[in-house]
Amino acid sequence: MSRETIEDYLFPALMLVIAIAAWEAYVRLAHVPSFLLPAPSEVMTTLIQDWSTLFASLLITLMTTFEALLAAMIGGVALALIFHLWRPLERAFFPFAVILQVTPVISIAPLLLVYLSSGEAVLVCAFLVAFFPILSNTALGLASADHNLIDLFELYGASSWQQLRLLRMPAALPYFLGGLRIGGGLSLVGAIVAEIAAGSAGSGSGLAYRIVESGFRLNIPRMFAALFLISITGILIFLFFTALTYMLLHRWHDSMRARER
Amino acid sequence: MRAEGGAGVTPLVTLRGVEKAFKSGTVALQNVDLDIRDGEFLSLLGPSGCGKSTVLRIVAGLTTISGGHVQWRGQPSLGFVFQEPTLAPWSDVFDNVWLPLRLNGVSRRDARAPVEEALANVGLTGFERAYPRELSGGMKMRVSIARALVLKPAVLLMDEPFAALDEITRAKLNDDLLSLRANLRTTIVFVTHSVYESVYLSTRICVMAPRPGRVVAEIAVDPSVVRDEEYRLGPYYADRAREASTALHAAMGASKCA
Ligand SMILES: Nc1ncnc2c1ncn2[C@@H]1O[C@H](COP(=O)(O)OP(=O)(O)O)[C@@H](O)[C@H]1O
Ligand SMILES: [Mg+2]
Repeated sequence: MSRETIEDYLFPALMLVIAIAAWEAYVRLAHVPSFLLPAPSEVMTTLIQDWSTLFASLLITLMTTFEALLAAMIGGVALALIFHLWRPLERAFFPFAVILQVTPVISIAPLLLVYLSSGEAVLVCAFLVAFFPILSNTALGLASADHNLIDLFELYGASSWQQLRLLRMPAALPYFLGGLRIGGGLSLVGAIVAEIAAGSAGSGSGLAYRIVESGFRLNIPRMFAALFLISITGILIFLFFTALTYMLLHRWHDSMRARER
Repeated sequence: MRAEGGAGVTPLVTLRGVEKAFKSGTVALQNVDLDIRDGEFLSLLGPSGCGKSTVLRIVAGLTTISGGHVQWRGQPSLGFVFQEPTLAPWSDVFDNVWLPLRLNGVSRRDARAPVEEALANVGLTGFERAYPRELSGGMKMRVSIARALVLKPAVLLMDEPFAALDEITRAKLNDDLLSLRANLRTTIVFVTHSVYESVYLSTRICVMAPRPGRVVAEIAVDPSVVRDEEYRLGPYYADRAREASTALHAAMGASKCA
């Protein structure tokens, strides 16, 4: 094993193991009651015991996040293209974008719950937070093509469609993927926040709902188990988009250069 | 029309009294007279900011003029090489060179022969599948030249193409450009701020002065003289270089700042 492999993977993994072991030891030695802080081993046991309920919730959270992200992706890219083709619209839309982006999603969630069913409200929240990073990044990407290349396209009499397809879109790809990575994480946040806001009133049964429910029942180990699954979901989303970005960009984009040592 | 560039033949491109003022108020060019003649290697020599790039962009039809007129003989096909290689980083070498053909509706299959030929011309056969990122600065510039040549343009416009390269790569590319020109018989307009480069390459040098940009001197370099290391060390080269240098200094002195 090379020194780099050790530094890159073994050390971080070791740190994680040490942290978990320390937690376990502290709970056991100090006799911390499990309704205050359950030991990692107890969280794992709960996870296995309640697996069918928790797994169903995990699927719901994943589906919501995925659906919201897909809608945000389609909507964000479509709007970025429309803005690109017709500039005045971008300026007209700008105030709305700013208002929606600076308003924390947690403060919109209760209002959405007035108008929508809790399932719909969760979806809309997850969509709203993912939508803007994708829109703004894609719009920035479409505008960021090399000026000399634009000149070259003009010199060869390229049509607007050719310019969009062969120049603007590839130039926007890294920006779009950046927006997607941010939006992916945020849509999970949006979904969780809306479910928490819906709380016991919600008929939803995603992971955040399990947390609220377990909190009421003082079932702290199950709260941790649900929390653990949310972290796993976040990590999976992150890994998925990192892999996708690597797949699409590693041959040509400078952001991938650090991998060549 | 098979013109040989002698007197009395209509030049490929004619600029008369051309003026270019930007919206910012900068007068980039004033009263520029310039002919581009068939088969010549014309250098535009001048300090930075004197409007060389602007002249090239006007010739390419990439920017409008605010006075005077520009006349193209027929519709000469153009190739353009920028100071930076300006390749599409997401495309490999083949696709980059294919681009001008592709924009003209040529399929990848039909483009194979001309692209291979253009790559062979710049000595890059075998690099079709490489990405720009994987190439050295000199190789990227060669790809850029291949792309400009793939449509076999009547005029090749080059805007300080080798300015960012090291001296050795630059000398090699200068020689390769000369042999390319001998083979293809393309008319070349070459922007540079190097006296030595312009004397080595050109058959005619137009010296430009800044603020406002204009052509202040013209130096002819005998096209029949072979351009090689011997030429570079000989008295004819030294005389032309001195002539160009003097004109350049006069041009800089005439303007308000040095
Ligand atoms: N798009 C532009 N807008 C405003 N001023 C410009 C623009 N392009 C060039 N200029 C100005 O015009 C002058 C000539 O520029 P340029 O043709 O690029 O000179 P050169 O290529 O000789 O260095 C400079 O003073 C430059 O600042
Ligand atoms: Mg310039």
